[in-house]
Amino acid sequence: MTDISPPKGRGALARREARLAWGLLFPTIAIVALVVIVPLLAIFWISFKPVTLGDLRPAEIRTRVALRERGDQALLELRVINPSREQEMTKAALNVTLPEGVALTGDLPQGCAMDGQDLSCDFGTLEAGANERFRVDAQVNGDTREAERAMRDAEVTATGHVSNVLTNSTFTLDNFRQLFSGSEFWSVLGITLFYTVFGTLGALVVGLFAALLLNKSFRGQGILRGLYLFPYVAPVIAVAFTWITLFDPYSGSANALLVQMGVSEGAINFFGAKPLALIMVTVFEIWRYFPLSFLFILARMQSIDTDMYEAADMDGASPFQKFWYLSMPQLLGILSVLFLLRFIWTFNKFDDIFLLTGGNAGTRVLTVNVYEQAFAVSNIGAGAAVAVVIFACLLVFSGLFFRTMSREEGL
Amino acid sequence: MKILHKGYLTGPIIGALWALVMSVTLGVAISFATGAAAKPALIGSLILGLATGFARVRIANRWAADAVAVIVALALMAVGLGALQFDDSFNFVWRVALSVVLAGAVSIPLNSILRELRFGALTRHQFEDAVIRFLTGFGYIFFTAIVVIPFYVMVMTSMKSQQQLMLNPLDFSIDLSRGWHLFDSYYELMTQFHFGRYLWTSFYVSVLTVLLTLLFSVPGAYAVARLRFRGQKVFSRGILLIYMVPMIVLALPIYIAYSMVGLRNSILGIVMIYPVTTIPVALYMLQGYFRGLPVEVEEAGLMDGLSRLKVIWKITLPLALPAMASVGLYVFMIAWNEFLLAFMLLDDPSKFTLTRGIASLNSSEIPRQHLMAGAVIATVPIMALFLGLERFMTRGLTAGAVKG
Repeated sequence: MTDISPPKGRGALARREARLAWGLLFPTIAIVALVVIVPLLAIFWISFKPVTLGDLRPAEIRTRVALRERGDQALLELRVINPSREQEMTKAALNVTLPEGVALTGDLPQGCAMDGQDLSCDFGTLEAGANERFRVDAQVNGDTREAERAMRDAEVTATGHVSNVLTNSTFTLDNFRQLFSGSEFWSVLGITLFYTVFGTLGALVVGLFAALLLNKSFRGQGILRGLYLFPYVAPVIAVAFTWITLFDPYSGSANALLVQMGVSEGAINFFGAKPLALIMVTVFEIWRYFPLSFLFILARMQSIDTDMYEAADMDGASPFQKFWYLSMPQLLGILSVLFLLRFIWTFNKFDDIFLLTGGNAGTRVLTVNVYEQAFAVSNIGAGAAVAVVIFACLLVFSGLFFRTMSREEGL
Repeated sequence: MKILHKGYLTGPIIGALWALVMSVTLGVAISFATGAAAKPALIGSLILGLATGFARVRIANRWAADAVAVIVALALMAVGLGALQFDDSFNFVWRVALSVVLAGAVSIPLNSILRELRFGALTRHQFEDAVIRFLTGFGYIFFTAIVVIPFYVMVMTSMKSQQQLMLNPLDFSIDLSRGWHLFDSYYELMTQFHFGRYLWTSFYVSVLTVLLTLLFSVPGAYAVARLRFRGQKVFSRGILLIYMVPMIVLALPIYIAYSMVGLRNSILGIVMIYPVTTIPVALYMLQGYFRGLPVEVEEAGLMDGLSRLKVIWKITLPLALPAMASVGLYVFMIAWNEFLLAFMLLDDPSKFTLTRGIASLNSSEIPRQHLMAGAVIATVPIMALFLGLERFMTRGLTAGAVKG
């Protein structure tokens, strides 16, 4: 008797489908792993290492071999330099073939040996910044000038090993200690929070206002909608420099206008004075990203059922009541998702502040701090430590985000 | 709030606020248009608005309100309390004309804002409708101003000469008599600063980014949207998580790695890295779209003996073309506007992208108008694309959740 029951487990078809799925996903997974996961691991690794910008290019041994004449005596001069100022160089060695007619008569330096015309030297370990010179008496048969020139052209192969801070096993907690001990970190964190919270809320509120304006059909609605998206679509570098031009303390139109209108006495340094610069970059953030929230809120508004409003009209609800008791609950989902996403993105924002103030005048947020530490102070380890802190914050935020997201799967 | 539900309070208050909005708007507009001063004055504006609003609800006739507005505006001007304080460069005729214009700007919109209001007690509806109409009017002016002014400044500055810029920063006019010399900055950028080459580099880098992104994300998105496999849920979440990782965190190790393998200062390096930043977004957008396609069509294809890959190629992809256009446009925009990676990875002027090229113009030795001309050059192509294909673009943006 054959057993008639539903199949158990995964059948051949399901397995084949899964295989195909992984096959289709593989290229994406591979490339994302390579460029996202590996750098993330790398940044953790680097944050525990004393790396500076200079360490990226490992030090190489420098040598010079020359034939000289002192009085009647020819000399072979060897110079060996370890250019690294911090690290010793191990296994420093040199190899050169002397030109024909040149013979060494003096004592060879320690570690050197002649084999026919080949001179090979092994210097062992060179101290940091070592600059050593050896002289050996030599004898030249034939034209000395010729021999000197030939010596100059002779190919010298030199090797030396400087341990690379990136790959060796030196670890340090200094980056983090330095980061958390200074008062700077906490002020940077405070500035980041101010920028993020007000930038996000501002963009959301302004976006909601714009969406309410455009949530009715009239002639020119499409044009206005396109126009209001401009700040978001234009390249950040273009609009940031435009704002700098507009608010320039000497030749900016905004200042000239304020002076003329009698609002301010003299020129205001919008992006250079302390509390104002932070407010200005936050305003810029709101200006640049309100289109995005407006677009999302508008899309959600237009999908709200109109029956509900008709029913509310019948019941005599006033416009504000309709907005507050009907629209807002419907929009709450998209607003909370937008808030969290924008919050994360504003927190991660780098370009805007970097271009507007370069992180000066009290606008240094965490992301700009990564750049400052890594490139301006050229302490890559410290920059990586800041990046790790950013990443930790991000994990917390995205945990929150996915909680909200699962409730609001509608996005 | 209840106290305000009286025509004789609501009318003048909204009137006063509106007059304030209009006198500031007009004052700024006049200053920018002429470079001369027309200061909006608080007291004058309030009086003008109060009077007009009051007249509108008391007499309930639009012509009456207009007449009151004009008379009050002229009277205020005569006693030196005008809502706009003109400087000496305006002669009498101009002052009268501009005062009348201001009166019209106050009273004509106010007529429709206050159109249902009676003098006495108002219903909640009437009151709120009037407030909403006021806010709407204010909103259009506000948003249009904040968007148009910066972009206008960008274009205008790029067409000025150095002296004109220093002379009067308030002068927003473009001196058309200079003819082709208006475009001197652009000409110099193109000839001396190699912007033609940057434009081309940016263009092909962006196009390559779009192609590579679609190549990787279409199969991935299809798998996540349609095929059943373990870890599907985790995967679609994971994509979103990845595109929340801040670029600067990744840029640092990428900079280090590129320095070591010698990919810095190469277009290849840029083309390798850009698609990776856009693939997660594209994948997320596309899978949403694929989910919305009717599964029955594909099943019919499968029943008729097509393989899964053939189904994707012959049925799903043609149906998904509009979505791919949206995603492609969006990715193009991201790649075109990208600044951070280009800034960190490119030092060699012969390999600059447009954004990197503009960043190199930001020095005290290079005049401002060149910088702004560069900004215009970068903005115009993306704007043209955006306006031409706005429908696709808007859909792309909305589908793409929120990418910074």
